[in-house]
Amino acid sequence: MATTDVVPRGSAGQMGQKRVVNDMSIQVATVNGSGSQSSNTVLLRSIFQMGVPISGKNLFPSNIAGLPTWFTIRANKDGYIARKKEIDLLIAMNAETAQDDVKTLNPGAAVLYDEPLALDKLRTDLIFYAVPYDKLAATVGADAKLRKLIKNMIYVGVAAHLLGIDHAEVEKAIGKQFATKAKAATLNLAAAKAGHDYAAANLTKRDPFYIERMDKTKGKIIVDGNSAAALGCMFAGCTVVTWYPITPSSSLVETMIDYMKEHRVGPDGKATFAIVQAEDELAAIGMVIGAAWAGARSMTATAGPGISLMAEFTGLAYFVEIPAVIWDIQRVGPSTGLPTRTSQGDVLSTAFLSHGDTKHILLFPSSVSECFSMAQEAFDLAEHFQTPVFVMSDLDLGMNNWMSDPFSYPEKPIDRGKVLTREDIEKAGSFARYKDVDGDGIGYRTLPGTEHPAAAYFARGSGHNERAQYSERPDDFERNMERLNKKFETARSFVPRPEVMTGAKAKVGIIAYGTSHWAIIESRDQLVNEHKLETDYLRVRSYPFTREIHDFIANHERVYVVEQNRDGQMASLLKLDIKPELHPRLRSICHIHGLPIDARSVTDELMMMEGK
Amino acid sequence: MGTTTNTPAPSSAPAPKTNRIGLQVIDYRGGKTTLCAGCGHNAISERIIDAMYEMGVQPERVAKLSGIGCSSKSPAYFMNRAHSLNSVHGRMPSVATGAMLANKDLIALGVTGDGDTVSIGVGQFVHLMRRNLPIIYVIEDNGCYGLTKGQFSATADLGSKLKSGVVNDLPPVDTCAMAIQLGATFVGRSFSGDKRQLHTMLKAAIAHRGTVMLDVVSPCVTFNDHEGSTKSYKYMQEHEEAVNEVSFVPSFEEINVDYDPGSTLEVTMHDGSSLRLRKMEEEYDPTNKIHAVRRLMESHEKGEVLTGVFYINAKAPNFIDLLNVTDQPLATLPESVTRPSREVLAKCMEELQ
Repeated sequence: MATTDVVPRGSAGQMGQKRVVNDMSIQVATVNGSGSQSSNTVLLRSIFQMGVPISGKNLFPSNIAGLPTWFTIRANKDGYIARKKEIDLLIAMNAETAQDDVKTLNPGAAVLYDEPLALDKLRTDLIFYAVPYDKLAATVGADAKLRKLIKNMIYVGVAAHLLGIDHAEVEKAIGKQFATKAKAATLNLAAAKAGHDYAAANLTKRDPFYIERMDKTKGKIIVDGNSAAALGCMFAGCTVVTWYPITPSSSLVETMIDYMKEHRVGPDGKATFAIVQAEDELAAIGMVIGAAWAGARSMTATAGPGISLMAEFTGLAYFVEIPAVIWDIQRVGPSTGLPTRTSQGDVLSTAFLSHGDTKHILLFPSSVSECFSMAQEAFDLAEHFQTPVFVMSDLDLGMNNWMSDPFSYPEKPIDRGKVLTREDIEKAGSFARYKDVDGDGIGYRTLPGTEHPAAAYFARGSGHNERAQYSERPDDFERNMERLNKKFETARSFVPRPEVMTGAKAKVGIIAYGTSHWAIIESRDQLVNEHKLETDYLRVRSYPFTREIHDFIANHERVYVVEQNRDGQMASLLKLDIKPELHPRLRSICHIHGLPIDARSVTDELMMMEGK
Repeated sequence: MGTTTNTPAPSSAPAPKTNRIGLQVIDYRGGKTTLCAGCGHNAISERIIDAMYEMGVQPERVAKLSGIGCSSKSPAYFMNRAHSLNSVHGRMPSVATGAMLANKDLIALGVTGDGDTVSIGVGQFVHLMRRNLPIIYVIEDNGCYGLTKGQFSATADLGSKLKSGVVNDLPPVDTCAMAIQLGATFVGRSFSGDKRQLHTMLKAAIAHRGTVMLDVVSPCVTFNDHEGSTKSYKYMQEHEEAVNEVSFVPSFEEINVDYDPGSTLEVTMHDGSSLRLRKMEEEYDPTNKIHAVRRLMESHEKGEVLTGVFYINAKAPNFIDLLNVTDQPLATLPESVTRPSREVLAKCMEELQ
């Protein structure tokens, strides 16, 4: 924690403390459904517009209105945007949690609170600022109903002033947030101004935290992973989406509906896509499979419970060899678990989803730009290998705000895989659907409606031979299963390769994937700066594993596999793949409480396991 | 099964009989059945072959879809030139829906059983019906699970007996009443042994653009054709009551038989063909849902097995119409259409800045 290095402990309010510039975490504690989302976005954007790297994470309950919710903003000049464990500035708006929220702060933190809560009586080692929100809201002139909402924008005005954010940036962010709602914009501008003016006239800056203008966000975008995925799927040429609402995946499809309506409807008003809300996840995946069998680039988005329900159909798609793209926006299981909290807990169950011998291609995006680019990779791999492909995102990536470079236009042409046309069949005379013609394990398929008497084949989940005929012959079954295995082996050289960061012969390696990445890059710097421990790092981007992963493990004495589940699921998956003599090198660092993983926890646990 | 072999060329004169697109009935045949000799399902397969042949349907345009069970195996025994997907138990409706989303030019033919539809698949059945997806959905209904050796299904009638003497004490689900209530637009029941009625209903079904739900009582000769069964050949012969006599004139044939508008309802189908329903019961009105469901409920009390076209609405929009997709099937749209331009991405990026 950078702030503890500079803020004198227990010396809140003392003069002469060192300024902490562009390095802080802000936590806003509100009540779910109180309309704080817009205000938090405005605060986030204001910092972003000041040129400071940020991330915004919504730590919310499984509830529509009434339960406590927190929004965390990380601003960091070095670009560390993982969740920070410690809170530097608390904006306490929720009477129910305020006392607990204050009690858990580290000494030296600042608290902005609603005056009647009288939080300053609780501790002497914090810096308190009281704001009379009700009185200020009344001066803004809103009616009683709206006052509750605009209190949220008042705290933005106060906090921005205290942190030294130009009020013009707040106004600009409000303009963007309420671009299509002029009346709301006016009211919110007045509220922010009221907060700003109150702070300017009544509050004396006593905390060390400042935002100062820099230039690290120029040209960047702010977007959540689900929206990025929606865009990616649209540009990947997806034509059929069938889904069943489930947190945290729903916004992926809902955003996609908006984008597709805007950009994938012709001048004649006809859509180049169909999006259907199914009756459950079984139907959602069934429709994906039916559509893909008939030739559409089809997908669904779901979370753990949906993945469980899709198991049987996934086996059908694997065995009949039908493409499917499934986005798993992972949340905390087992069972209903913590539906609004993040996890990487579906790795093992998804890799082998369904009964019998099945295994599936998995992609692990770490960033919003990978949500965009892996969309096309997923569709291309699914159609190339005629098999389900799972994109293993998570709630933290999918639903939270991330800063990114703008996405690059896809330059790679769309890969529709081995599909025979009427002309191809005419030339060949006939075809055998499941024959390994090219030695890569991938057969040729035809689409229903191909007008040639020899084009059709009988797709079935029961045993079949190369010519798609029903067969219970042991040799047919074995040959087919071995070919499916070969196909999976072929995929090893097609899936996205890992990102490897190696330095000067480090003995310690770290393996991570997905959103854990952001904690790792920060933790590696902490390990060097605080413990002089150099590490190499490999970020897994896909399953099956590629050669680089085997080499990385072989080249390091100890390899820490960091993940957000209890059982070390990636570590287990790796152990199935690597030589047994390498097993002892793998050590798991697991993180399961549902909040996005932070660097400090990784650093502390890794050092403990290093025995130092 | 020889699904990929070409049709053998005709060997000698006289020229074989062909339909309006120049195909012979053999072009609609399938593999050799592996169902029991005398199984009602085989008769249904024959009727499908005849109806498709007579309607001049291009076999390659047909998508045969099924779930799991004896009935779901039967698509292998007709129309080898049509693509087929034998999917998972009870989930054929979703697979069929997906296929039609991808290619609306397909003619979806779903074949299922009473176990596949009414027990494990009842959820998907419900939602298929309410979407009015263009599909011919045939339940080969034998009141039992044939493939697992004769357990009761949910269409077994109250009081009907298993071979072992076990009596069914739960009421049956009436799939036709359900389908009417849920939104299917062509609902009827027939009997695998009623060649003429089933054949005619299947031809009319091919002309309909919406969900056709046909419950076809199809006796299981091995497990449910004994005394005490209500799905046996004998029981059907004794209890079948048709609400109307069904006749059909395809759009490509000239109408040369008059009918009495007082006793016959003529329905003009989507493609211009004509479905005629001659009243067998004075009061029966197949355009009235309430009427249809009431009559079906009455039949249970009277111990009748009603057959005929119970309900028809040839004008309701179907699910694909509602989606308003491009004329060219989504499945084959080129990249130039499915990938927006650089300018679109630039605009999307600007909005996020």
